[in-house]
Amino acid sequence: MTTENRFSLVRYYAAGARTGFQRDLQYRMATFMVLVGFLIEPVVYLSVWSAVARAQGGMVGGFDEGQLAAYYVVWTLVRVYNTAFDPKAWEWRIRQGRINTFLSQPVHMFHRDFSFFMGSKIAWTILWIPIAVVLTLVFRPSIEWHVVNVAAFAIAIWGGYAVRFLVLYVMGMINFWTTRGAAMFGIVSALELIFSGRLVPLQLLPDWAESISTWLPFRWTFQFPIEVLIGRLDTTQIAAGIGYQAAWAAGLGLLFTVVWRRAIRRYEAVGN
Amino acid sequence: MSRPIGPGRLAYLHIRLGVQQELQYRANFWVQVVNSAIALGVGIVAIAVVYLHTDSLAGWSPDELVTVLGVHLMVGGFLRAFVFPNMYKLMSDVEEGTLDYTLTRPADSQLLVSVREVELWSLIDVVSGAGVLVWAVSRLGDQVGVIHYLAFLVALICGSVILYCLWIVAATLAFKVVRVDNVMQMLSGIYDAGRWPVGVYPFWLRGGLTYLVPLAFAITVPAETISGRIDWPWLLVAVGFTVVAFVVARLVWLWGIRNYSGASA
Repeated sequence: MTTENRFSLVRYYAAGARTGFQRDLQYRMATFMVLVGFLIEPVVYLSVWSAVARAQGGMVGGFDEGQLAAYYVVWTLVRVYNTAFDPKAWEWRIRQGRINTFLSQPVHMFHRDFSFFMGSKIAWTILWIPIAVVLTLVFRPSIEWHVVNVAAFAIAIWGGYAVRFLVLYVMGMINFWTTRGAAMFGIVSALELIFSGRLVPLQLLPDWAESISTWLPFRWTFQFPIEVLIGRLDTTQIAAGIGYQAAWAAGLGLLFTVVWRRAIRRYEAVGN
Repeated sequence: MSRPIGPGRLAYLHIRLGVQQELQYRANFWVQVVNSAIALGVGIVAIAVVYLHTDSLAGWSPDELVTVLGVHLMVGGFLRAFVFPNMYKLMSDVEEGTLDYTLTRPADSQLLVSVREVELWSLIDVVSGAGVLVWAVSRLGDQVGVIHYLAFLVALICGSVILYCLWIVAATLAFKVVRVDNVMQMLSGIYDAGRWPVGVYPFWLRGGLTYLVPLAFAITVPAETISGRIDWPWLLVAVGFTVVAFVVARLVWLWGIRNYSGASA
């Protein structure tokens, strides 16, 4: 890639991100409602696990109530950064011929989608701040702030986004072969819910389940960034986690490249 | 001139038509079977993980908590089969101006907008929820008697009516602000809170889930009834609340259509 091309891609990303940012800030009430919807899930989990911790004398699985609160407050931000292009939406894109325009453009549509969602996260983060303030006042999370953790979190949360975006993008490719991918997406979503740390911190699962989570991408998209910020990992563990994220991103990127070439050969444009 | 048909028959005819329409897409049955199995599996896993760490959650034993899951699945299936599709259709009709065709028909408009659509396969959730409930109740033994089964039926009907009322009030807002799909989405998110008994939640949230989005009456009370834990006065409160909810929903609907000016050509 020439320097000029690289520069063009950076400008393309900036433009894509700006579009995503402006779209979500324009419909801020809609975005805010979705965020409030996101809020219910962690508040439910936090209430359940706080009740369990209280019943056990204040601690469960190495978390006290303040640490559980910290986990689930940061959860809400990580959840925002985990949103990516829904694999089910590929079916609509293909059926309606929506990708025809993108295919005729000189930049791969992956960059378009990836940058759009990046920009939208900035808008969501702005709207998330008042929610975080309310959650903090209500649940009193205990977080030990360290500059290293905050800096590593800034990397880990974007790394998590990249891995999850790729997981969903690769799954979306299934729609080029079948229109009945919904059941499979449902199964993967359920596995993700359990093995990412979204349903419950992975330390609270049986040991064998926690071990499995290490070898799946979901932990590195969700629980890892949370643990980085709330200070449950040392420097070595943080570095290893970022390494896992990089390895997953590279592997999934390669897989996407291979699958995309085959998928696009099968594709016949209709309409639009 | 022929006699107008009654509301019961009108509802029956619409629902039968909706069922026939759904039967055309039988492959969706299998997709829904998988989705129901996933919902059930995740619910069971969540309960199992909680009881790895404690013997009792806010006074509920594992089997009692499974009744909450069963009721949550059943009522959720009812909402997805009969309530959500009709409310989304109502919102899109308001947006596109096609609600006029319904409002000008010689029948009760609230009844008509409530029975036009059916998502038949969502009833699989009702079946899986009922299965879980039977399994859990069979393990509870003597603490559940005939009186509890009868009371459960009353509580379940009340809960379903309360949630229908809540959703139609939310959908009626479409007459004023047109795009309320985000509100509906938010309510669907809140519905997930019903997977656990409201006693688990902090005081302020318990209040909200009892009187604002009344999952306490819709899910916890039926589950308490079928698991033999019910404080009987709460069943009476649930019946009273249902009557109030129905009257309020009716008044809001009438206010909505009085203020609706139509948008079609």
